[in-house]
Amino acid sequence: MTEAGALKLTTRGDREIVMTRVFDAPRALVFKAFTTPELVKQWLLGPPGWSMPVCEIDLRVGGRYRYVWRHTHGNEMGMGGVYREIVAPEKVVATEKFDESWYPGEAVGTILLIEQGGRTTLTQTVLYESREARDGVLKSPMESGVAAGYDRLATLLASMKAQ
Amino acid sequence: MSAHLDATFAALADPTRRAILARLAIGEASVLELAKPFAMSQPAISKHLKVLERAGLISRGQQAQRRPRRLDARPLADATRWLEQYRQFWEASFQRLDALLDQMKTLQKKSGHEGPQTTRAADPRAKGGKRRRSSTDENISSTRRKGDYP
Repeated sequence: MTEAGALKLTTRGDREIVMTRVFDAPRALVFKAFTTPELVKQWLLGPPGWSMPVCEIDLRVGGRYRYVWRHTHGNEMGMGGVYREIVAPEKVVATEKFDESWYPGEAVGTILLIEQGGRTTLTQTVLYESREARDGVLKSPMESGVAAGYDRLATLLASMKAQ
Repeated sequence: MSAHLDATFAALADPTRRAILARLAIGEASVLELAKPFAMSQPAISKHLKVLERAGLISRGQQAQRRPRRLDARPLADATRWLEQYRQFWEASFQRLDALLDQMKTLQKKSGHEGPQTTRAADPRAKGGKRRRSSTDENISSTRRKGDYP
């Protein structure tokens, strides 16, 4: 079983990022912390220096959410999207798009919460639109389900650095 | 940049291509040399090389006959940096969420919403906690301020 606190981050296939994290709390609370603006504003802040002046959540299928972060240096970063599926307290699927997006199109984020023995495992997936995938450029049947783990990448880079 | 990252991750999603990259990390190699360790035809290897080339991960040397492939590290570095920033964002956020969830659990216990687990009354986290009875979100937010976090 995964230790609480350890973040696992991998890529899956050619369009997804998958993240897992265990929280020492029942999933009803985790779900609440993910979907209540006053709570989200308190934790979804990234590295020190960021605050979240805007956090609007209309938690229903077809409803929108809007997040804006502001750094103490003044720069802002905004994103938002539309809820596609809500199964409280287990699952939320929503589109996501940054105001100044560094990737093409819209991504789809999924939050899945599984509770076991009072602890909650979060699996957060972001599926990106990919021109390569859409155009069927990569047709290799080997792709699906193969994880190009971050660790592998790190190992590869380490071996490169060792040169 | 973004389309490049897509292509980079797609290229890295395959074990054969990762093995090719690992081989090229040692030094440049011809298609024949690259095909040797794999039970694959040369056209199959060439297909993988094309994907890697398109992702900008490898390039071809100029020697007319051999045309050795070599590794280009920049897209890999971009991909790593992106993933690293992503990880840092969520790691920092989830650490705050841990603290918040602890607080929520404490409030929930105090307000008696929970059944059997309230037997853990001597929870050290409860010490010096909020005195209020209710467990509304407003209470939690009003007791925390920015700057409470590391």
